Amino acid sequence: MIEADRIVRSTCPYCGVGCQVNLHVREDRIFKVDAPFDVAPNFGRLCVKGRFGVDFVHHPARLSKPLIRKDFGRTPRQPVGVEGFREATWEEALDLAAERIANIHRQHGPEAFGTFASAKVTNEDNYVFQKFVRGVLGTNNIDHCARLCHAASVTALTIAIGSSAMSNSIAEMKDLEVFIVTGSNTSETHPVISTFLREAVVHNNAKLIVVDPRKIEMTQFAEVWLRQAIGTDVAIFQAMAQVIVAEELYNQEFIDARTEGFKEYAQSILDCTPEWAETVSGVPADDIRKAARLYANAKAAAIYWGMGISQSVHGTDNALSLANLALLCGHLGRPGTGLNPLRGQNNVQGASDSGGLPHVFTAYQPVNDDEVRTRFENYWGVRLNPQPGLTVMEMVDAAARQVIHCYYIMGENPLMSEPDLKHSRHVMENMEFVLAQDIFINESSEFADIILPATSFAEKSGTFTNSDRRVQLIHPAVPAVGEARDDWSILCDLAKRVEGKLGRTTSAGFDYADPAAIWQEMAALTPAFQGIDHPRLERENGVHWPCPSPDHPGSPYLFEDTFPRGKGIFTPLVVTPGAEVPDLEYPYILSTGRVLFHWHGGTMTRRSKLDDIYPEPTVEIHPQDAVAIGLNPGDWVKVRSRRGEIKVRTLITERSPAGMVFIPFHFAEAAANELTHDQRDPKAKIPDYKMCAVQLEPA
Amino acid sequence: MAAETEDLSPHLPSYLEEDLLPAEHSDAPFEQYLAAVSPRGRTMLLPALLEAQRRYNYISSDTATQIGRSLNVPLADVTGVIEFYSMLTTEPTARSVIRVCVSPVCTMFGSHDVAKSLVHALGTTLGEPTADGEYFVEEVQCLGLCERAPAVLVGERPIGQTTPDVIAELIKRPPDPPSGLIRTGTRLLTSRLGKISPTNLDDYQNSEGLLGLKEALALSPIEVIEKIRSSGLMGRGGAAFPTGIKWESAAKASGESKYIICNADESEPGTFKDRTLMEEDPFSILEGLLIAGYAVGATIGYFYIRGEYPRAQQIVGEAIDTLRKTGLLGKGILGRDFNFDIEVRSGGGAYICGEETALFESIEGKRGFPRIKPPFPTTSGLFGMPTVINNVETFANVPLILRIGPEEYRKFGTDKSPGPRLFCISGDVFMPGLFEITEPLTLKDLIFKHAGGAKMGRKIQAVLLGGAAGKFVPPDQLDVRLTFEDTRAAGLSLGSGVVMVFDETRDLRQVLLDLGHFFAHESCGKCYPCQLGTQRQLEVLERLATGTLIPGDRERLNDVGWTMTDASLCGLGQTAALAVLSAIEHWPQMFE
Amino acid sequence: MPIQLTIDGKPVSIEDGASLMLAAQQAGVDTPVICYHEATTPNGLCRQCVVEVEGWRVLAPACITSAAEGMVVHTASERVTRARRTILEMLNASMDLSEAPAIQQQMDEYKADRKRFPGAHRRSQPLLDDNPFYVRDYDKCLMCWRCVQACGDDLQFTYALSTGGRGYESHIATFFDAPMTETTCVFCGNCVAVCPTNALVSKTEIFMSRGLDYDAIRREKRKQRRAEKKEFSDD
Repeated sequence: MIEADRIVRSTCPYCGVGCQVNLHVREDRIFKVDAPFDVAPNFGRLCVKGRFGVDFVHHPARLSKPLIRKDFGRTPRQPVGVEGFREATWEEALDLAAERIANIHRQHGPEAFGTFASAKVTNEDNYVFQKFVRGVLGTNNIDHCARLCHAASVTALTIAIGSSAMSNSIAEMKDLEVFIVTGSNTSETHPVISTFLREAVVHNNAKLIVVDPRKIEMTQFAEVWLRQAIGTDVAIFQAMAQVIVAEELYNQEFIDARTEGFKEYAQSILDCTPEWAETVSGVPADDIRKAARLYANAKAAAIYWGMGISQSVHGTDNALSLANLALLCGHLGRPGTGLNPLRGQNNVQGASDSGGLPHVFTAYQPVNDDEVRTRFENYWGVRLNPQPGLTVMEMVDAAARQVIHCYYIMGENPLMSEPDLKHSRHVMENMEFVLAQDIFINESSEFADIILPATSFAEKSGTFTNSDRRVQLIHPAVPAVGEARDDWSILCDLAKRVEGKLGRTTSAGFDYADPAAIWQEMAALTPAFQGIDHPRLERENGVHWPCPSPDHPGSPYLFEDTFPRGKGIFTPLVVTPGAEVPDLEYPYILSTGRVLFHWHGGTMTRRSKLDDIYPEPTVEIHPQDAVAIGLNPGDWVKVRSRRGEIKVRTLITERSPAGMVFIPFHFAEAAANELTHDQRDPKAKIPDYKMCAVQLEPA
Repeated sequence: MAAETEDLSPHLPSYLEEDLLPAEHSDAPFEQYLAAVSPRGRTMLLPALLEAQRRYNYISSDTATQIGRSLNVPLADVTGVIEFYSMLTTEPTARSVIRVCVSPVCTMFGSHDVAKSLVHALGTTLGEPTADGEYFVEEVQCLGLCERAPAVLVGERPIGQTTPDVIAELIKRPPDPPSGLIRTGTRLLTSRLGKISPTNLDDYQNSEGLLGLKEALALSPIEVIEKIRSSGLMGRGGAAFPTGIKWESAAKASGESKYIICNADESEPGTFKDRTLMEEDPFSILEGLLIAGYAVGATIGYFYIRGEYPRAQQIVGEAIDTLRKTGLLGKGILGRDFNFDIEVRSGGGAYICGEETALFESIEGKRGFPRIKPPFPTTSGLFGMPTVINNVETFANVPLILRIGPEEYRKFGTDKSPGPRLFCISGDVFMPGLFEITEPLTLKDLIFKHAGGAKMGRKIQAVLLGGAAGKFVPPDQLDVRLTFEDTRAAGLSLGSGVVMVFDETRDLRQVLLDLGHFFAHESCGKCYPCQLGTQRQLEVLERLATGTLIPGDRERLNDVGWTMTDASLCGLGQTAALAVLSAIEHWPQMFE
Repeated sequence: MPIQLTIDGKPVSIEDGASLMLAAQQAGVDTPVICYHEATTPNGLCRQCVVEVEGWRVLAPACITSAAEGMVVHTASERVTRARRTILEMLNASMDLSEAPAIQQQMDEYKADRKRFPGAHRRSQPLLDDNPFYVRDYDKCLMCWRCVQACGDDLQFTYALSTGGRGYESHIATFFDAPMTETTCVFCGNCVAVCPTNALVSKTEIFMSRGLDYDAIRREKRKQRRAEKKEFSDD
């Protein structure tokens, strides 16, 4: 038995559930992680990553000193491992970085910068990052990986109701009555949330409707499982709406009081019968009817979705079709209802909330709103750019056009997460200057000129905001590795140097005592955060924003009386074809996603004991297809698309339907995004990761 | 759980009928069987496992997976259930399993020697199949054939009074006829025993059968309950709870459905009355269930018969079939708006499943763990619904009460223990067997006047009253009257009517050891006092039997025993030390 | 409506339906527990929390017995103390309680004789090490069922564990004793979190307690494995 030297409360660094954890530390090592049973959102529950997967913190490959590329200044640059860098002092590294940034700024102006905020670091880190980008570099070219996950959800919800976050809380889940889970393999991507959803089914006799092409674990708990052909989500939800309208199951009172556009919408779906949807999606019409009635007749019903809805060329339409359903039945603004996009990263909500987006400051205050911008200008004492900046994929385009000359990547790994990697890599090879800031060298920082070593979640303080908008604290449990520094502190140092080299006479203000002080500034500029500060979070174990004043209890669910845009609006939709449909040459549909044991680009999990249980890249193949291709379980197989080829292990399972294969995107040695394409949703600019055509061949 | 919600057609679906007749299962592929039962889900787990065991002589992991998947039961739970029931195995047994009873009575008549001879003759060892896969011999707890100890079950054939020297013949011998050893004056419950063809409905009707049901259906359900209540009938399974109150409470409780359960998991060592009734007069019990169903407002009955009673299962199954065919089970019974049907369930070899809530768990497809009470079965029983569960003998009393009326009924027995009562006498008496007592009688009179006393003029050393869960009565205290009130005043319990007699030649230390083995084997393992206490008790009793007691052992038995008695979760644990504690009280010197 | 009862002579007023354990707490009496855990459904297994209620034939488990109007409860009577002490003594004779400090403390408090049952048969089982995250050292298992409950209907709804065997030989079972990697286990470790005796323990912790660095050993092994297979980029 090991007695802990100290037990430190923190927030899990993996997914958007935001589990509260206790880090048990002995001799500066975390040897055990558990969770308090009486604290939201997880009430003692954890998943394998949170409980066993934080050992990456102690991995020997952690960056401990600033690194400068040995062939600094040479392009096109090649990706190099640690051996391609030399160690440097902070002084040298920061000075050199500031020098290059100032030069590029002088030469090409503010729009030459493409910057990546991070869904992994704290709100405070992100706030300082966007302040640096906006206040010092003078650009709004700031985005982060939310663009690659829930951009479509955000766009759709903004259209429909004017907001973009999960409307209801995790704490409500166990008391659900009816709920839809679609495009979310919840038990692997949000494991702890999935336990509360299952609890609703097992203990509250809730009825679960799963809409998913894959036979995910949640289907075992489902009352109805609609296994639609991939990419036909809109047809399913339109047909459900048609049933609800035809059978008059909608909520007239809600429609009258809280929505607009119902008549036009009702008119637009007249022909979207379940029978029609059956021909499009392959789902039996009666099942669609059953699902529609369950959802509509419930006193309260909620919708949860994930990447299967948003990472699509018609992702916005997918999410809008869900919003239409909720508006029809009035399943919004009450406990157990809502439109709930499940957020992926620990702080993807927070990275957006704290201004890591090209068109908004903190809490979605538009950069082109004069009142807002003036408030920030006055506080920071600098002039700000009113032009919304570029999104992640637009930055890639701009770089390809040689408009962007410098990338600043903080805690992200675009070269694992972006689609069509070959193209993205080419852009990186020719970038004038790449500055990376991270805890490990990853596939992206291998292209960097300078890498600045940052502290991990276990070594610093600050806040993460989870999927249900709950702002929660992290605390340092172990000392920083080597000379690694907190992101905000690196940023402040760099910002001041850049300001100096640019000859600025006034600073935007980069002298913070600690993250709590950063939060104070953010709250001062953000009405929705004004009731939250670090001491309150400490006392209450987290608060759901919006929280406009210290006596406000926080907002576990939203839209009780009104929507941010006033009335909710119905959007008529048409079913559009998938991004890349299979043909004779590339006969299989490839879908990508995650598995329980790994996390996104694998930067952390592949340096953890998690990698021992899932060490190799795999492809999920239906038994029929395996026979047709001639594959046995465990065989290596080459998967090829029009854009690239990877080699993975065969996993024969009936999980995915015949004709569809599934590859997790965590494995650098077989990165699924070598195969995917960069076709984007026209509204949200999100690439389609869920549908491209591939061929398979035994390796 | 189709049975709960299903519109009750006159006949249950075919898969149910198949399940009713374990001896005549079709040999349709197992997949087909599973496909038929799978809509009912987890409740079919134990039946499916027993069916697999019957077909394959064991349950492989593949079979278990198949069963778990089709019934939607987590695979770990399938293993949990297999390991709980001693008749289910994950290693191959044999086409013919020979079960040798090693409960106290059979042991003292030499069953261990029978087992030894058997394995020797078959060229194997206990718990190992013979090379040809034909036979598998195991020692088991009470088979309920105590009146003809030592007893053996060969496959599904009960065979009594075995001796080590006739093994070859034993394996081939036809089954014993049901016990005819019934000796009493007035015969009420046992009036038909041995006199009718058990599954012949005409015989039954010609001997006053169905009159109770007809009388009941002429009354309102409340009036039926009132008759039962005023008869003073108390449960005959051991707890002596007033039956009328139980029915009334279930009738008043609200629930989507209600259940009547006949507890025929008769496993108390020394008890064989329920088996005899089932084998010789099944209709009287079924008539009792029907009346209960009518009175309580239930439409489904379960008849849970222990796995070691294949013949009783078969006979009851046949009787149910007959009732169904004649419209006495199903819809609109006797032209009334009364629907009722009964399904037979087999136990899997677990004494604890005689505990009512453990029996529910068993029917629900779980390990037979007793539940915490409250809630009580009458409000939250099987599948969480209001349930009446009574013992076989209790149900057999019901038509009698309706037929002769409560006043007449109360003329038998005493005021506080009305009605006839069955006793199972075994051990060292001249005439062991089933006795129906209709007048107050002392234990001494029962043994000496009715059962002929000890053999060969020997003295009686002790009587175990109430079974393994009962207490020893020394020879100078045999004057206690066999009524509920008299035994209670004497600190005793009638239990399930077991009278086990030991003469002066017997070594009580061996008897105690057998009891110790019994409880250690049958403890379900749920609560700590019983799970640990039955083992710690056995360890001391082993020392007692081998004359190797160490200082402090009597105190140990006392502490363990009282802890079990005081703190156990269910009746099994609470009574598992009573015999030992009573022995310490009567014969303290034995424990020095 | 609150109800009134007496616990160890002290009057207590508590909400109807509250457990005797809560009522005792209000009277300032701590109830010893073994199987009880705030996150799992109480099953009343260990009976260590039993108390004596006047007029009751048997002792009442305080964790699951509802307080009722007028009850007179004794939490330290001779019967209660004998049961608690004996349960501890019997447990200690059955398994390894060395890493269960709360139970050790109870043994001291109830003056349990740690050698009360000489020659007792212990339920010893081999340590099971079949996954990268935790080990199962069932020598230390006292069958509180919390892991089964955590895996099943109380926390995780994954159902990889069950109780197997019967009576004294009860144990925690997987399907046909399959290693955890072949079960439905998702390695959430919620079972580890509720284990009171360190029978379930994270590997990092158990290695550290033996002076070893599991992470380093693991990485070394993996390097070897990868070198043999030559299929991975080194890390």
